[in-house]
Amino acid sequence: MKRLGLVINPIAGLGGKVGLKGSDGWAVQAQARALGAIPEALNRTVAALKKIQPIAADIEVITFPGEMGAAACQVCGLEATIIGVIQPGQTTGNDTRRAAEQMMAREVSLLLFAGGDGTARDVYTAVGEQQPALGIPAGVKIHSAVFGVNPDRAGELARAYLEGKSTSLRKGEVLDIDEQAYWQGVISAKLYGYLQVPFRIRMIQSQKSASQPGENALLDAIACRVVEEMEPDSIYLVGPGTTTRAITDKLGLEKTLLGVDAVINGGSLAMDVNEMQILKLIEGRPAKIILAPIGGQGFLLGRGNQQISAKVIQQIGRDSQDLKDHILVVSTPDKINALKGRPLLVDTGDKAVDQRLAGYIKLISGYDEAIIYKVSD
Amino acid sequence: MAEHISGTFQKSHLRRFHQAKWDEPIIFEMSRKGLRGILVPEVEYEITDKVGDVLALLPEKMIRKESANLPELSQPQVLRHYIRLSQENLGTDVNIDVGQGTCTMKYSPKVNDQLARSAKLAEVHPLQDQTTLQGILEIMYRFEEMLKEISGMDRFSLQPGGGSAAIYTNAAIMRAYHASRGESGKRDEIITTIFSHPSNAACAKTAGFRVITLYPDENGYPEVEGLKAAVSERTAGLMITNPEDTGIFNPEIDKFVEIVHEAGGLCAYDQANANGILGITRAKQADFDLCHFNLHKTFSSPHGSGGPAVGASGVREELTRFLPVPLVAFDGDHFYLDYDLPDSIGKVGPFYGVAPVILRAYAWVMSLGEAGLREVSEVAVLNNNYLLNKILKIRGVSAPFAKGKSRIEQVRYSWETLFMETGVHSEEIGLRAADFGVHYWTSHHPFIVPEPCTLEPTESYSKEELDEYVAILEHVAEEAYREPELVKSAPHNSTIHSIDHTSLDDPGRWAMTWRAYKRKVLNQLAV
Repeated sequence: MKRLGLVINPIAGLGGKVGLKGSDGWAVQAQARALGAIPEALNRTVAALKKIQPIAADIEVITFPGEMGAAACQVCGLEATIIGVIQPGQTTGNDTRRAAEQMMAREVSLLLFAGGDGTARDVYTAVGEQQPALGIPAGVKIHSAVFGVNPDRAGELARAYLEGKSTSLRKGEVLDIDEQAYWQGVISAKLYGYLQVPFRIRMIQSQKSASQPGENALLDAIACRVVEEMEPDSIYLVGPGTTTRAITDKLGLEKTLLGVDAVINGGSLAMDVNEMQILKLIEGRPAKIILAPIGGQGFLLGRGNQQISAKVIQQIGRDSQDLKDHILVVSTPDKINALKGRPLLVDTGDKAVDQRLAGYIKLISGYDEAIIYKVSD
Repeated sequence: MAEHISGTFQKSHLRRFHQAKWDEPIIFEMSRKGLRGILVPEVEYEITDKVGDVLALLPEKMIRKESANLPELSQPQVLRHYIRLSQENLGTDVNIDVGQGTCTMKYSPKVNDQLARSAKLAEVHPLQDQTTLQGILEIMYRFEEMLKEISGMDRFSLQPGGGSAAIYTNAAIMRAYHASRGESGKRDEIITTIFSHPSNAACAKTAGFRVITLYPDENGYPEVEGLKAAVSERTAGLMITNPEDTGIFNPEIDKFVEIVHEAGGLCAYDQANANGILGITRAKQADFDLCHFNLHKTFSSPHGSGGPAVGASGVREELTRFLPVPLVAFDGDHFYLDYDLPDSIGKVGPFYGVAPVILRAYAWVMSLGEAGLREVSEVAVLNNNYLLNKILKIRGVSAPFAKGKSRIEQVRYSWETLFMETGVHSEEIGLRAADFGVHYWTSHHPFIVPEPCTLEPTESYSKEELDEYVAILEHVAEEAYREPELVKSAPHNSTIHSIDHTSLDDPGRWAMTWRAYKRKVLNQLAV
């Protein structure tokens, strides 16, 4: 019998409807409640669980007490094994992490969690890349690529995964923005890591449609092309992400998943470099940047890769008309299609640099495939 | 209630379709050893006496060691099996078949089938001496003249056995053209658009090119600036559909061609589906170098379950030397097969084209004439825009891109709003429609338009039939809002309730043949 772990962050989404930018911290939560906010997490979880309810007899649900899961199960008539202890009305990210850890220890097949980016981050901190997990979107901030597009879809996907109908997993980015900074009007997103997320190419498939190769094969194809095109004696700054990691994998090198590594002549030059270190490395030497769009927002620069600053880009393109000649962008077509026509974004903090990067850019999307796509500043 | 229903077709008049259900096994499962459909009589002594044992004449290597693994059944069993299967169907001759957008499911007049079945055609063989094939060669020759007029191109090959084969032919011609100019290694990139039929990208890759894909802006077609960013000294050519699979026509197509020409590339126009532009615009008008037509789409030869088909490939004068051989030619006295093309890319299919398909297309064009062909397109476009206007009034549906503008011959719709509000998928709407005797499929890739369905009404359907189709979709959309489970559990009156197609994504599970089915699904080892 398959086990489903369920964790709800009961205060997720508290700030959203009253126009606050998140729900982190006691003060904000008190302010939100004062403004009449009602937590969304319960209703959204119930919507997702209703999709799973038809296979209730074939699974065992394990959850935390009360508002962290048991209450939602009760609403849906789902029997659940309740573990752990909480202090009602006073749960924190600590409780989410504790719950996720305990559920992984009980070998759940899938950890379903309701919340936002902060919750995803807590889950990731607890389980890393070891535990298949999926988010029910209930928070204010949903930048991470680990959530179903809505609660229904999350429930359907969880059910398909538990039934073994959909067994593919892919690494979804866990992103969070710093709410403290956000409140000051500064967006500063950070890539925290990757969760193993169930994945289905499309629920709607038709007889005439061709199947896509697995994502790993596609990443490998992209990496082959990039490695073939690498020029001797040029430094390559490899940005964060799994798409770029495929390139270092191809070269047989380690990759700092959330950081920037420098590569030269197929070997490692430096790992996890910051802006100052990059500037020193590239001084007077030819260099190129390898980037992948980050998260669902489609940021190329300025989110999760701030080390590659405006200064770095200017330095690399110092003798060149077109800055874009020095940037290799890699992406699977899926990631571009998910933007639904929205342009890729750059936000280096320097308007002039952003403007020089705007326009059309060529993305490497397969061994023999490229996409021409718009970049907006 | 009636006032809520669009058009003249009221809710009470929606057809309640109930499919025959035979629970029919796969023909291999019905096999009984020793059963035969036809008992072939023993060869008479008078014959064996003269020629001996026929099998002995066959080379050893050509004789099977074991019998072929074929099902063994009697003739009436086979007949019943296939008649039953034909009843478990919602085929083009029983439904308002507008739901397979990009396929151009027009009505193919039966008289053209009769011609194709006549002994005059059915009993000839392509290996006969050409002097005995003058009739069909003349039809091929004359039909090529028609295609030249329709497209403005200078020469056609009717040899490619389908649309993709024709696109491949055109890609191979581009490759040969650049090689002839000493640029074979250098020009290795083909530019296409994401809503051009995906065969363009696929065939270009098969022919050894790298593929660069352009994405549309909010108008539904790519900006000229995007194309400019794509062309370079490596550009071999542009392979593009117009109107694209969204039904949106790129009005800057001549600029696209000009930019690619300036970069030294060739331009191929995918006119597989030319149903919206016959007699209105031609490949030549936008200065294209190559084009192709699917005779089994635009030219009213039926789609025969993946064949037989013809993708007619046409080129400008300077590229004719690269066409596949043979071409059908006329010396003033006789029609003949011309193999004298030293620079030809070779053969892309057997013989010189699927004769019955070409005959049907020829008969269809002859029955319509010049004005009739233009009328086909005018009615197809009118039908499509009538349908568009009515469908956009249905709750929960939209037509992404080019908001408020007309489309050419088809539209890729999105049920995203309805899905977000009801949890009902596009596919489920298509399945529920089957309870009312129609259907649609959810479109092929790219999967950019969420919850898609592509409708292409062609010229074949009357206003009343289109009203009926819209009324069905409107009814199903209402059901989705009122009683989503009813739609999600559809179809209710079909042979098979619904199919789990997740295996189509999974090479470990998909099974296209009985042998693969036994191995992957029944877990029996391959024999």
